[in-house]
Amino acid sequence: MLELKNICFEAETENGVKQILKDVSLKIEDGFVVITGPNGGGKSTLAKVIAGIITPTSGRILLDGEDITNLSITERARKGISFAFQQPVRFKGITVHDLISLASGKDISVTDACAYLSQVGLCARDYINREVNASLSGGELKRIEIATVLARSTKVSLFDEPEAGIDLWSFNNLIKVFEKMHDTLGGSVIIISHQERILNIADKVIVIANGSIKQEGEKEEILPELLGKANVACKVLTDNC
Amino acid sequence: MNNTELELLKIIADMEGTPSGAFNIRANGGLADRKVTENIDIRTKTDKPGIDIIVKPGTKGEKVHIPVIISETGLSDLVYNDFIIGENADVEIVAGCGIHNCGSENSGHDGVHTFFIGKNAKVKYVEKHYGDSDGDGKNIMNPTTIVNIDDGGYMEMETTQIKGINSTKRVTKSRLSDNATLIIHEKLMTHADQYAETDFTVDLDGENSSAHVVSRSVAKDNSSQLFLSKINGNNICNGHTECDAIIMDNAHVSAIPQISANHIDASLIHEAAIGKIAGEQLVKLMTLGLSEKQAEEQIVNGFLK
Repeated sequence: MLELKNICFEAETENGVKQILKDVSLKIEDGFVVITGPNGGGKSTLAKVIAGIITPTSGRILLDGEDITNLSITERARKGISFAFQQPVRFKGITVHDLISLASGKDISVTDACAYLSQVGLCARDYINREVNASLSGGELKRIEIATVLARSTKVSLFDEPEAGIDLWSFNNLIKVFEKMHDTLGGSVIIISHQERILNIADKVIVIANGSIKQEGEKEEILPELLGKANVACKVLTDNC
Repeated sequence: MNNTELELLKIIADMEGTPSGAFNIRANGGLADRKVTENIDIRTKTDKPGIDIIVKPGTKGEKVHIPVIISETGLSDLVYNDFIIGENADVEIVAGCGIHNCGSENSGHDGVHTFFIGKNAKVKYVEKHYGDSDGDGKNIMNPTTIVNIDDGGYMEMETTQIKGINSTKRVTKSRLSDNATLIIHEKLMTHADQYAETDFTVDLDGENSSAHVVSRSVAKDNSSQLFLSKINGNNICNGHTECDAIIMDNAHVSAIPQISANHIDASLIHEAAIGKIAGEQLVKLMTLGLSEKQAEEQIVNGFLK
């Protein structure tokens, strides 16, 4: 179980110090958790705090009861936290096979690496020896990024807006990947997303806005209200038009 | 041949045991072993040190190994090797120089390689430079490569210097005729106080000739590198030069690409990028469980692969 206790994060901006996260406390059990909310609300910052990329100004992070607040990115990764970037990183010379091997922590065979690629809907044969560089499209990189998290198969898997920057066709495939993952990947799967179809496969939904948790609960409880609000907003727009 | 020399041969020429094709092994300034084939002749020069490698027209799929190894300290070796590649031949040449300097004096190898590539012939030329030392002596290599490609000829040159060469100045000059193609891939890593200079000149003289010069390098510690690349477009031609360098620690890298179009239909591009390892690359690999140092190694190894 992942537990966040009173997490605050402040950042220096042009207009002085801004509170990005305000006293966020959360308990995330096993299952599919989707964190949603408006842009700039602090969702990605929260994910980076969990992965150790950002150090919180105050607060504690516990993984299965162990305080991991002061652990580095590497140490947290080794304890079982995986993180799929919103904008996957490109590497000159490192191949898809290399990256999946590094993710799995051992020299895995081409066949095993291909199995992970197939899970994310990529025709493995076409990709396994390609470099993870600018020759790959945004959608391809996203799926390779997800494959690295699958290859790690850790107790906490974090995905920061997996749908961002990919086309509609790729998105439909991506949803299938997450639907499948819901049935196969164990532990806590935390997805930051704005997409209704991803929210639909959540066991639990957390709404973050303006640096704080606004709502938290079962999908059945949160989703109708969230979508209702969105529909009202759309209706107003339509009426005005 | 002792174990050190056999190890050097393995590193620079991937040679384990006797290769199947033609070969010429030069060790400590003299001939150590040679084999010729029906299609590939190797002759010792009579006017100066070095060899002529003569490939018969139409020879296909053969490989020639011509490694040079130095395991004595204080030895300075200079050779002139000429490669005469017959029309329509298609061969691979594996050269390379390995120095194991066990003493306090400098050891060096300066090779002048001149290629005459016949009409429609195709050559892949692989050259690796490597050095190690037990003593204070420096390993120095200054290779010069002169390439002449006749009509429709093709040459792919892969040069690698990964470790242990204190000082190097690599000069490559090439002249291409009609429809000729030259592709150069350079991989270079310097560390400690090493210095490496690369100086490529390509004259695209022929109609529809093309050249693609790519250098990837990593400079660590206090080492310095200078990359010069000049492409002269003297006809309807395509030329591309690219230098991509990772700088680390207190190293210095200068890249000076120069393209000159002397014909209205010459199309030339140069690109040069120097920078440290991107922080997000390190972070990504650290989220996979690698330490910062391991992540750095993976990025460098991949970049120079």
